Amino acid sequence: MSEDNEPQKNTRSRRQFLKSAGLTGALVAAGAKSAWPQASSAEAKPENLPPHVADWSKHLGTGVADRPYGKPSKFEAHVVRRDVEWLTASQQSSVNFTPWHELDGIITPSGLCFERHHGGAPDVSPADHRLMVHGLVDKPLVFSMSDIMRMPRVNRVFFLECAANSGMEWRGPQLNGCQFTHGMIHNVMYTGVPLRTVLNEAGLKPKAKWLLVEGGDASGMNRSLPVEKALDDCLLAFKMNGEALRPEQGYPLRLVVPGWEGNIWVKWIRRIEVGDKPWLAREETSKYTDLLADGRARRFTFVMDAKSVITNPSPQAPLRFKGQNVLTGIAWSGRGAITRVDVTLDGGRNWREARIDGPVFERSVTRFYVDFDWQGEELMIQSRCHDSTGYLQPTKNELRAVRGVNSIYHNNGIQTWLVRSNGETENVEIS
Amino acid sequence: MRPLLFTAAASALVAMGAASLYGAGPSAAAPAQPEKPLGLGTPATPEEIAGWDIDVRPDGMGLPPGKGTATQGEVIFLEQCAACHGDFAEGRDRWPVLAGGHGSLKADRPEKTIGSYWESASTVFDYVRRAMPFGNAQSLSNDELYAVTAFLLNMNDVIKDPEFELNQGNFTSIRMPNADGFYDDDRETTERKFWNAEACMKNCKTEVVVTGQAAILDVTPDSKSAPSVD
Repeated sequence: MSEDNEPQKNTRSRRQFLKSAGLTGALVAAGAKSAWPQASSAEAKPENLPPHVADWSKHLGTGVADRPYGKPSKFEAHVVRRDVEWLTASQQSSVNFTPWHELDGIITPSGLCFERHHGGAPDVSPADHRLMVHGLVDKPLVFSMSDIMRMPRVNRVFFLECAANSGMEWRGPQLNGCQFTHGMIHNVMYTGVPLRTVLNEAGLKPKAKWLLVEGGDASGMNRSLPVEKALDDCLLAFKMNGEALRPEQGYPLRLVVPGWEGNIWVKWIRRIEVGDKPWLAREETSKYTDLLADGRARRFTFVMDAKSVITNPSPQAPLRFKGQNVLTGIAWSGRGAITRVDVTLDGGRNWREARIDGPVFERSVTRFYVDFDWQGEELMIQSRCHDSTGYLQPTKNELRAVRGVNSIYHNNGIQTWLVRSNGETENVEIS
Repeated sequence: MRPLLFTAAASALVAMGAASLYGAGPSAAAPAQPEKPLGLGTPATPEEIAGWDIDVRPDGMGLPPGKGTATQGEVIFLEQCAACHGDFAEGRDRWPVLAGGHGSLKADRPEKTIGSYWESASTVFDYVRRAMPFGNAQSLSNDELYAVTAFLLNMNDVIKDPEFELNQGNFTSIRMPNADGFYDDDRETTERKFWNAEACMKNCKTEVVVTGQAAILDVTPDSKSAPSVD
């Protein structure tokens, strides 16, 4: 350990800070070197602390007309989606990642929901948007947004996870941060109409088995969706978290396919063709198929298996204080509800059941906590979740034993973070 | 209970496996299924459908009239595609490699291309027609689509003769080398041990060592050793 990783000597201002913050544990923040900014780790200004009275307590703040559409505090400016520049050839066919280490609860703010586009994000006028339904139907139809908005609607919270989330970690730990290892998931409340309502307007013919769902973007993103799923719980959503979909999430209309891989949740959806067999679109053969060690590949691996990750502490959010600490994370399953989350602090020697807090919905992110005491010992922390079908999140090695290391998609293995004695946290794998 | 729906649909959803694994129903009561249509939407005319219906299926459904050879396709490819995909479809920079990689699917670093991996030639036609050239989608004529598809299949040794005319009539006779390389999701069978597995809680291991660290190959943006630091 280098010298600047040693616990910082107490200075007057730091003592004041600790005292004013009512902290009982020793600060180790200086040791927990992180390239990542954290609003709460900034040095406090003594003139703003008691017994002094801060400027904002004396002078007027901004008026109501200053933010007709509100934004986060300037002190939260680092809480943003981030991309990995070397990952893709262009910004228009690329991905960015949700900063889960900065979030809590189960709802992802709309502006922080990760983005994945294949031909950029168009800004489609709702007046000009149309959804066509044709093929094996009694009556081919075109719907305007006004038509959609006149149908009975529902509200549902669902996660959307890219099948490639954690896909860079198959051969071992690569990226230091849950934003990058697990950031291709978001969880919002959708308002929309059941897909079966729209299909019922056109009337499915008896031979209908598969739908081609197609986006209106410049990639014409298309996937084959089994009719059974379409009639079960799929939605055509026009709102997320109460307000209109963001352009990058498919405004004005997107498909919601609960529990299934994000690629099939077609955005800017313009067309549904009803057929009797799958299309084998590029995104369901060249991509989003899982190549196994024997050289053959699984296709139509739609469901996202149960998965969890500790978001704090994590490489972007190291431990900063000895004593009382909060460990938290998220768990989800495409097959049902999360029923239990276990956490280990000692690399899997011993586990404890985490405390789940907040609503638990099927096919939604669930939030868990472990409140614990830390005295600077090295930790190897993991979470593993159980879902309502009895599925237990496997280890990465258990997955590799079945799938090899070239399947890219559906990596739901248990994540390990190594917390060093200075609080610094790293993405590792352990025996 | 919802699983019945899936059980009945087993033939279409080959991979769905045992219904018992679908323990959970819908997340909340759905509004009553409308028995009668609501009467919303306007009839789609044949012209409207023809303008938007661009998909092509492995059985040839959706193929438009047209024809083209690899030799003709090469001219179009060099002009409109090669800047990203390379003159021989070998890929430039990080843009997709479209040819080569034959026999590499079991290798440590597989090269998944049209010829080494794709299941159906229709996927090439469907994808190029809807999404390519990148940034100028749906700009190629039907003859140009047949020609570019023929060129890509020729670069992958699927069409041997560059003068072979690919057309609406003979398209489905093309057989891809990896056509038998795929099977439907079988996780519920082959990964059955992940269900109802025992979750040890106490004294589960004696020794734990770190076997891999991200810091060794740290490619995280903004990290100390990442390629890009701002």
